[in-house]
Amino acid sequence: MLEKVLRVSKILLPVFILTVLIAGAAHVYAAHPPEPTAPAEHAWWFWPLILLILSFVLGVFAVMAGVGGGVLYVPIVSGFLPFHLDFVRGAGLIVALAGALAAGPGLLRKGMADLRLAIPMALIASSCAIVGAMIGLALPTNVVQTLLGATILGIVAIMLKAKKSEFPNVPQPDALSQSLRIMGVYYEPTIKKDVQWQIHRTPIGLGLFVFIGVMAGMFGLGAGWANVPVLNLVLGAPIKISVATSKFLLSITDTSAAWIYLNNGAVLPLMVVPSVIGIMLGSFVGVKVLAITKPSLIRIMVIVVLGIAGVKALLKGLGIG
Amino acid sequence: MASHATEEQVLYANILNKGMLVGLLALVVTFVIYGAGILSPKIPLADVQNYWVMPVSDYLKQSGIHAGWAWLGNLKYGDMLNFLPIAFLSLLTIICYVAIIPGLLRKKDTAYVVLAVIEIIVLIVAASGMLGSGGH
Repeated sequence: MLEKVLRVSKILLPVFILTVLIAGAAHVYAAHPPEPTAPAEHAWWFWPLILLILSFVLGVFAVMAGVGGGVLYVPIVSGFLPFHLDFVRGAGLIVALAGALAAGPGLLRKGMADLRLAIPMALIASSCAIVGAMIGLALPTNVVQTLLGATILGIVAIMLKAKKSEFPNVPQPDALSQSLRIMGVYYEPTIKKDVQWQIHRTPIGLGLFVFIGVMAGMFGLGAGWANVPVLNLVLGAPIKISVATSKFLLSITDTSAAWIYLNNGAVLPLMVVPSVIGIMLGSFVGVKVLAITKPSLIRIMVIVVLGIAGVKALLKGLGIG
Repeated sequence: MASHATEEQVLYANILNKGMLVGLLALVVTFVIYGAGILSPKIPLADVQNYWVMPVSDYLKQSGIHAGWAWLGNLKYGDMLNFLPIAFLSLLTIICYVAIIPGLLRKKDTAYVVLAVIEIIVLIVAASGMLGSGGH
């Protein structure tokens, strides 16, 4: 019965353990950080333009690879551009939030994102995202950078290993989901009929959203990479309901974390606005390009790029790269 | 294809849709005002690149910018004006939650009323700045 829970936990928990171990090494390095290099002199619009273009490209690839923009944005921008991680995480959260807000209405109206499923999960995740954001802003930068690198490599592992289940078998809903009446019906065009769904293992799922919330807040990542496996493989929601509800969930989880970054001064409009515009335009183009490309090939490319960004973040955090 | 979305879900979606469109449009408009220099910024545009390379705590110290809701008193500056749509987009979820509560009450859906009220409190606490400001 707990096979699927264990499968997800086997992937998620080592990420946490690895990040904690590496954090220790990063603490040692924290005592002797390198001198910050002087910023290159450019016209004010130079870096915002680079951000706009890069975010556009990330937006295109994110749609085609089926991942959120934030998970690509934070490691790549913090790893390869001169912005401090504090501001990149703040911008990353606003980017993920804007994407979730834009997608949310359509998904809710179609009945793909489910409000009754999202509300309890969102409460746990958004509360924990606040804690994560506060931890992230309190820890030394190199520690957060190192943890980010380890987490990104963990996400790469999840993307490579995690299975999907179109219509998970949920023979009996658990007591909590029954009392909250978390169940629904959606129209599945591939089989041309309505599909009824219900969930189980709700307490375990809620527990996993504690970790998801903390990580989303700490690193400024959207958390779709973790939401979907938990909703689909642990709770047993159909994959389409899981993906749509996950996207909508981000609009709530990222809101709470975004406020912490905003109130701490870690949001710079000159970074945020080009990033939001770029990634949204990229998403629109990505949807069009998706129809004429092989998503599996794009997905492999994104995993490779994410892997490189994860290693780069890890090395940067440890003072090696 | 009939939608199976509930009444609250459709209401939530409609408010979110309108708010998101207004917020994103405002984000672009205020950025144009900022970038075009229609309103002068609190931090000169050319100087921002000197700040975004440093931790947020150093940025706040060196720039003299106050964290939290201080931007609200500085809306005459182009850069601070941009926080208005950002804050609006970040407040949208609270507005949507408030809007669905009457429907949930009518259906005597007590559990979800309680969950929605707690979520609103969580988001208001996060937005209030009560949980500290100022970075590392």
